[in-house]
Amino acid sequence: MGRKLLLEKAHVEGIRYYDTYRREGGYRSVEKALNTMSPEQVVDEVKKSGLRGRGGAGFPTGMKWSFIAKPEGIPRHLVCNADESEPGTFKDRYLMEFIPHLLIEGLIVSSYALGSASTYIYIRGEYAWVADILEQAIAEAKQNGWLGKNIQGSGFDCEIYVHRGAGAYICGEETALIESLEGKRGNPRIKPPFPAVKGAWDRPTVVNNVESLAAVVPIINMGGEEYVKIGMGKSTGTKLISACGNINKPGVYEIDMTISVEEFIYSDEYCGGIPNGKRLKACIPGGSSVPILPANLLLKTAKGDTRMMNYESLSDGGFATGTMMGSGGFIVLDEDQCVVRHTMTLARFYQHESCGQCSPCREGTGWMHRILRNIETGKGKSSDIDLLWDIQRKIEGNTICPLGDAAAWPVAAAIRHFRDEFQWHVDHPEESQTRNYGLAHYADPLQVPVTA
Amino acid sequence: MSEEKKLIKVTIDNITVEVEPGTSILNAARQIGGDVAPPAMCYYSKLKGSGGKCRTCLVEVAAGSTADPRPMPKLVASCRTNVMDGMVVKNITSEKVIDARKGIVEFLLINHPLDCPICDQAGECKLQDLSYDNGAPGTRYEFPRRTFEKHDLGPYIQLHMTRCIMCFRCVFTADQLTNQRVHGILDRGEHAEIATYISKSLDHDFIGNVIDVCPVGALTDKTFRFKNRVWFLKPVDAHRDCPKCSGKVQLWFRGDEVFRVTARKDQWGEVEDWICNECRFEKKKAADWVIEGPTKVDRHSVISANHYVGMHKPTEIEPEVMGRNPRLLMDIHSVSEVNRPEIDLSRLPGPAHSDNFNGIENK
Repeated sequence: MGRKLLLEKAHVEGIRYYDTYRREGGYRSVEKALNTMSPEQVVDEVKKSGLRGRGGAGFPTGMKWSFIAKPEGIPRHLVCNADESEPGTFKDRYLMEFIPHLLIEGLIVSSYALGSASTYIYIRGEYAWVADILEQAIAEAKQNGWLGKNIQGSGFDCEIYVHRGAGAYICGEETALIESLEGKRGNPRIKPPFPAVKGAWDRPTVVNNVESLAAVVPIINMGGEEYVKIGMGKSTGTKLISACGNINKPGVYEIDMTISVEEFIYSDEYCGGIPNGKRLKACIPGGSSVPILPANLLLKTAKGDTRMMNYESLSDGGFATGTMMGSGGFIVLDEDQCVVRHTMTLARFYQHESCGQCSPCREGTGWMHRILRNIETGKGKSSDIDLLWDIQRKIEGNTICPLGDAAAWPVAAAIRHFRDEFQWHVDHPEESQTRNYGLAHYADPLQVPVTA
Repeated sequence: MSEEKKLIKVTIDNITVEVEPGTSILNAARQIGGDVAPPAMCYYSKLKGSGGKCRTCLVEVAAGSTADPRPMPKLVASCRTNVMDGMVVKNITSEKVIDARKGIVEFLLINHPLDCPICDQAGECKLQDLSYDNGAPGTRYEFPRRTFEKHDLGPYIQLHMTRCIMCFRCVFTADQLTNQRVHGILDRGEHAEIATYISKSLDHDFIGNVIDVCPVGALTDKTFRFKNRVWFLKPVDAHRDCPKCSGKVQLWFRGDEVFRVTARKDQWGEVEDWICNECRFEKKKAADWVIEGPTKVDRHSVISANHYVGMHKPTEIEPEVMGRNPRLLMDIHSVSEVNRPEIDLSRLPGPAHSDNFNGIENK
């Protein structure tokens, strides 16, 4: 049984409300930080903890905080990125819905560390009811003196505002989020300048994921050194994984990053295996934009080691044979799933969500989707597969924001690992409309090169 | 005298140039000039905040600076990246850049209509130039192209979104030259379009400048639409005493007639001075203007075709070699009445017509 830090109390009756949350030991970290620590000490503690951003990129949170510019007389802002729109990822919603005060608590401590007197939660517009829950929690916190002027007599002022998005995936990108927060069209900005120097209203701004900010609470409570002991290597602490797809028990799980991928899929504590005795074909372990892996590469790395559920092990082998931890949207595909159809669905999503600002993403995402639709509906040509590869190659790395990469990677990985299935669709246009390619060789044990 | 700024060194395609701190890679490359300057479809030095969107100016940074000589992991937009001391940049010497630029041109063209033969921008279109330089001979795109309805933006400006490449220049122009922003981007992704939301006219003294900043034929001058091809016109620098703007313009003549008036453009195709609507749309008589002389047009431009500026006429060597002038064996005009040597074709106001030769006066 893995250790839980975030969701430990999530199912206590009434934990959504302040009284229960406080009774269960809530807001201790605020007391500790505001009364006994300086803002620099809080930043140091988070640095020591090795906490990596939980939004997808895995950038160390403490380091991000230390980059914030501190010009005299200019306010700074902390913005919580709750625009969780990645297909397959729903961990933040779960956390905010069940234990909203944990996020508020983390936000107060983090605002104190960064010197943000106006802190914003930018929440996805579709999470309308969650925004209401958060606003209620903020009101409760304010009533009890955890927000407002001179919090707990420490002289620190802080207000938290909830800002609802209007339904754009791109607003999860931090600079687009800031634009949207300012009331403009959510187009990503060109970096540099980075938000840490010029963010919201040209003021230094830090944008962090919900889970990262919630994780600050246990870090302050237990201390950074204790936090490092949980997890493995540079993957410290616990991570929320939202598992979905062909598994018996879809849902949000908190793992301490010491278990293997195989254990996560098949153990009863977590996903509980694949329904109806089907076999595992492929998996996207970190939300729709990370590369898809076939079963054999998912469970074992190319070197033959067991693949673990943490940042390093999942990315072992780079994009050639590995993938990414991403935002923790764990999507499992069984042998009845069609990778071509699946890739087409993702391509359609990215076409729909491209902001249209820069050329490669605006034009390329639609092009990839149309070609994939042709292949899927039996109208594809062999040359289309090479064309797809060429298009994704020309989008990746050439766009303003990572949405271009996010659109290119799933297509690249699908072709890299499942080219046979694409080719089969092209060679058997009629058959491909009536049945799926099936598992084929995708779960066969890999040949591990013998090292002398 | 202001305090002297320390110049910094940057090497672009093996050519070192000294520039002021805070200069972008693109502007440093423009100081070198020629092929070293990356193409720019969206950047416009006169518009604040422009650039970074079209990605045609991507370059490779092989060394960040003297202090930190690591290369940058991705290609960077040269229009929005500032130079550092000791930076080494590769533009046309980098295979990666050439390859990426080819890709960008392909992306820009997949939804661009092939209507150059009827497009007013043809001949002075940046996208045409870009595709000649970096494009592929054929398309790999097999799907219907995106189309939009045409919009009238008031009495002078026509918006044809189908041709738009979303450079955002017109949005910045309207935002920075006029009192309030009147148009912007609707929708997103492939369907994003420049619009005034519910068809409104763009109404401001300087709004005509959006026509000049448009790199393609998406925004065109309604007083000039379909009147003439730009390469049949002769551009002439002229000015007038305008109470609203600098009054420095280019007149585009054919014969005695002024077909259109535009702002003067520098060698990068950027407007030198914004001009007002009155100068642009209302003053279409040569008498309204003080003419300064023919505009120098880059010899690579189709507009300079048949204008042989600075050409050396070959010297006649026959008298020198033969000792006498060549003798005409037969003068065609003495035996044929078809042609009329006294009619100088280049002095005709328009294309030659049989009336010109039949002695009927041209009205």
